[in-house]
Amino acid sequence: MDLHAKTLTELKAGLEAGDFSSLELTEALLGRIEANDETLNAFITVMRDQALAAARRADEARAKGNGGALNGLPIVHKDIFCTQGIKTTCGSKMLDNFVSPYDATVVERLDAAGAVVLGKTNMDEFAMGSSNETSYFGPVKNPWDLARSPGGSSGGSAAAVAARLSPAATATDTGGSIRQPAALTNTVGFKPTYGRVSRYGMIAFASSLDQAGTITRSAADAALMLGVMAGFDERDSTSIDHAVPDYVAGLEGSLQGLRIGIVRQHFDAGLDEKTGAAVREALSVLESKGASLTEVDLPNLDYCVPTYYVVAPAECSSNLSRFDGVRFGHRAEDPEDLLDLYCRSRGEGFGAEVKRRIMTGTYVLSAGYYDAYYLQAQKVRQLISDDFRKAFEDVDVIAGPTTPTPAFKLGDKTDDPITMYLNDIYTIGANLAGLPAMSAPCGMVDGLPVGLHLVGPHWSEDRLLAVAHQYQQDTDWHTLAPEDFQ
Amino acid sequence: MSLDKDQVTHIAMLARLRLADDEFAETVDKLSRIVDFVDQLSAAPTEDVVPMAHPLNQSQRLRADAVTEPNDRDRMQENAPAVSEGLYLVPKVIE
Repeated sequence: MDLHAKTLTELKAGLEAGDFSSLELTEALLGRIEANDETLNAFITVMRDQALAAARRADEARAKGNGGALNGLPIVHKDIFCTQGIKTTCGSKMLDNFVSPYDATVVERLDAAGAVVLGKTNMDEFAMGSSNETSYFGPVKNPWDLARSPGGSSGGSAAAVAARLSPAATATDTGGSIRQPAALTNTVGFKPTYGRVSRYGMIAFASSLDQAGTITRSAADAALMLGVMAGFDERDSTSIDHAVPDYVAGLEGSLQGLRIGIVRQHFDAGLDEKTGAAVREALSVLESKGASLTEVDLPNLDYCVPTYYVVAPAECSSNLSRFDGVRFGHRAEDPEDLLDLYCRSRGEGFGAEVKRRIMTGTYVLSAGYYDAYYLQAQKVRQLISDDFRKAFEDVDVIAGPTTPTPAFKLGDKTDDPITMYLNDIYTIGANLAGLPAMSAPCGMVDGLPVGLHLVGPHWSEDRLLAVAHQYQQDTDWHTLAPEDFQ
Repeated sequence: MSLDKDQVTHIAMLARLRLADDEFAETVDKLSRIVDFVDQLSAAPTEDVVPMAHPLNQSQRLRADAVTEPNDRDRMQENAPAVSEGLYLVPKVIE
């Protein structure tokens, strides 16, 4: 079996057994990136020299009997994570020239565990998008069909893992940016509880919703990586001090007696029929393994997307005010005065979608509109959160589709922002309520992957991973690779 | 159209964004569609609901008031478009 075809867990075993070195593995994957990335555009920066040096260090550490949980294992980072000495663009012209002076905590922890970083992946600009088409560096192509979007905003991370250019990737999720691309590329996307993984050094979009997670090829791989990334961080004021369980050990949890909640509205007319059939089939597999299905009600579900499109832009307008053309980032040439410097630097540095979101946020926070929009949205957010809390009194997890349809064509949804926003209809609720959630491959529709969405109560990462892992013991959807990237 | 050109010009100024002439019409159209879309929130039953402040109802943690960071000015300013003697350069603000 070629090295690139192996999962993170298999590669870890191979390195430990001495079947191959990290240097051999890293060289093989770098070669694969160089051969395929012109087609996919999944990378903004390939870190060849740094990766080879890290692989050598990992091999030396192993020879001395040292090395962390991910020693010598290659990964890629979404280009939203600051990496010291390496360009960190966030998919924007604004940061095209930004070299981070420090590492994000996520980067630091993965480095300390011995991971080998192959490069930084393409993404929607400032993580604002569901198709990767808002990236300043051009859209990423879906390895399952190059005419289609891999989803977004973590499209580069998802495409890189799906095309076997890297066994695993970091990603971030504000409204579905890990889970939606995972569903559209047949990968496993995991978004932890808000506060589980440090946001320090992760460029902020909407601070009360953003959470870092993983894109991998199996639930076991997600457990392996999350165990390294999770945990309290003094440097993130929203990080929560909550014990990190052994996620890998937790994978063997049985599904016997597991209560799965099904939301009727998730299977309404908005859902593509074949996608719905694939998800129902997955639910029956879980049933056959001892789980029971119960219908649950989320009465305010329809308000999730509009609530999100008030809260997230409001926070983004505030967060992105730091880009002023003075301290870092793009600066307009020959400004007339300070105001002209601000306005033109920002007007030139940000793309159309980012400008729309900043302006939406500015509007809903402005005098006279604050109560009607922002305050009202924060109230509705409480209702949505209460709906989940009540539902979790009766069930252990909620399961359904991750997306309404399989991957759509590039260019298909760029004319109407609302059509694009509605792609995240099933995923946004988990962000509003701060809940852990994941997407796992559960079928194919006309050659395109379908994702099963699982949401759990706060801190139930271990249970979600166990459900997906047990499902993956009986199914092989997650092992399927796109034809041209086997 | 729920937003007109004057409103969008005002919002753009509040947000310190210069919109190019060729992106202005599209911005008015798309922002209006977004505002129309989020308008449906006004129908939600929010009487007596306390606005949500944090997904896990946590309060902001405070740290000890102690010096933790070294002065790293020169390294931090490597990303600045224009600096001189440790100062950020901007167009003249005071005559």
